[in-house]
Amino acid sequence: MSEPMLNVESISIVFGGLKAVSNFDFKIYEGELVGLIGPNGAGKTTVFNMLSGIYNPTEGKIQFREPDGITRSIEGKAPHVLAKAGIARTFQNIRLFKDLSVLDNVRIAMHNRIAYTPLGAVFRTKAYYQEEVRIKTKAMELLGLFNIDSKSEELAQNLPYGEQRKLEIVRALAGNPRLLLLDEPAAGMNTQETKNLMELISFIRKRFSVTILLIEHDMNLVMGICERLVVLDYGKIIAEGLPEEIKRNPSVIKAYLGEEATIDA
Amino acid sequence: MEHKRRNSILLAIIAIAVVVIPTTLIKIEVIDEYTAQILTLAGINAIIAISLNLISGITGQLALGHAGFMAIGAYTTSSLTMQLGLPLPLAIIAGGFMTAVFGFVIGFPTLKLSGDYLAIVTLGFGEIIRVVLINMKGVTGGAAGLKGVPGFTADILAQPVVSFAVVTATLVLVLAGITNFLLSSYGRAIISIREDEIAAASNGIPVFFYKMFSFTISAFLAGIAGGLYAPFFGYLNPTMFTFLKSVDFLIIVVLGGMGSITGTIIASYVLTYLQEFLRFLKDYRLVIYPFILIFIMLFRPKGLLGRSELSLVGLLNRILQSRAVKTKDDKEARR
Repeated sequence: MSEPMLNVESISIVFGGLKAVSNFDFKIYEGELVGLIGPNGAGKTTVFNMLSGIYNPTEGKIQFREPDGITRSIEGKAPHVLAKAGIARTFQNIRLFKDLSVLDNVRIAMHNRIAYTPLGAVFRTKAYYQEEVRIKTKAMELLGLFNIDSKSEELAQNLPYGEQRKLEIVRALAGNPRLLLLDEPAAGMNTQETKNLMELISFIRKRFSVTILLIEHDMNLVMGICERLVVLDYGKIIAEGLPEEIKRNPSVIKAYLGEEATIDA
Repeated sequence: MEHKRRNSILLAIIAIAVVVIPTTLIKIEVIDEYTAQILTLAGINAIIAISLNLISGITGQLALGHAGFMAIGAYTTSSLTMQLGLPLPLAIIAGGFMTAVFGFVIGFPTLKLSGDYLAIVTLGFGEIIRVVLINMKGVTGGAAGLKGVPGFTADILAQPVVSFAVVTATLVLVLAGITNFLLSSYGRAIISIREDEIAAASNGIPVFFYKMFSFTISAFLAGIAGGLYAPFFGYLNPTMFTFLKSVDFLIIVVLGGMGSITGTIIASYVLTYLQEFLRFLKDYRLVIYPFILIFIMLFRPKGLLGRSELSLVGLLNRILQSRAVKTKDDKEARR
């Protein structure tokens, strides 16, 4: 427990002349649920993109404890390598495979552990049939947990917004992650939907024993479920701590909530 | 399980019938030699168009140089048979592998980038191949062409029948192989790249690897088709493999539906036949043919089949089912 699952050591990234994130330091331990908050353009998604391998940090180190218990540097590794190592994510502007079925969306995320070869697929070996049955059963089970198994044959783009968000989470979970990065899961949801989402996230955490890092704008959600918060502004960490402390932190109030905002709204 | 077995048997019967029935019809001269040749050519076009659809429609990477791949396959096959005396089937497969090597070499630097770079590079490659072929006079006969490529059989009279049978059988094998592949986890992985590269990568799909895989297979199939074309036509000339030829294949793919293998096959036969059929219009053919294409694209902008596939077994099952329902209804009505 003493060693963090993910240890980010002062990563920075520069786009042209703009330092989007500078000296971002962060640790997350197994089983934690941490929120990453900050005003628009603070660099939250950029941090996610570095953690999931889409961007390569200009400076700094990211250490991740892999399933075999060994901690390795992962900065600059390809996204698919990190996905296999156990880091899964969702996207702020939902990135489903829109023209594919709900079931296929989930099955694609299971591809990295496939147990037959391309030739096995062409010749339809026994291994092919067994594996396809296994994958489908597991995918349906996952969809069932989130009550969208009845829509498994529908195209992902035809799902209502809330279910598309759900499906993205299911797809991320299908890859057997140990660290789940959720990028604004409540974006565009109303109060009731957000409340359901909070329950869903707590449920996922228990059911899949997964560590979660989430970006969120909805303060109720963040304050309600996160154990620890990190506040980012202009690419720098301006505060870190328990939700209660963050609520009272004057620099956070100034940077994130604005001068006149009240927090208990 | 029983259902699955019945379907595969049904499919095997259809596959054999598709090859055997027209072959017999050609043999007993119900189908004349001219039509037989069109059908054979359509089969070859279908194989190349499938290979192009694999990379452009299914993997989502536009390629514009498949005539070049076809040329490599055709010239490799004919050189191996004419100069080294290799048996034809072996030479055709070797032509496929040779083309795959070229595909790999072009794909490796290009497919690392996302965007339409592949289109530009393959376009250039196709032209380079053509120019190289013109200048390699010793092997290719240069601009005068390569005459006397040995056919599928030494018997000239049996040539149309054998050509048709070999080409159609190959097409059926390619169709079966590709369909099985696409209906697997590997197929889904490749399709996910077309849908959203970033999402695919974030969900564990090695995007570059599968683009390479798909492009190399695509080149291999185009090479095989070229290898079939050489003995079928008996004469090769670099001017047969221009950029316009690559565009012809692209038209077939777009018309059949980007991403639909069966659509590609239907479009290959329709367009190949149409081009011959319109010959009576003389020069106007070149006006009417594009007009037909424009009209089809106006009414079916996603191509004949879009991204869906036509399943003969599925169709048969549906007919049988509706008939079963009907007889059941009839019985109930009589009561």
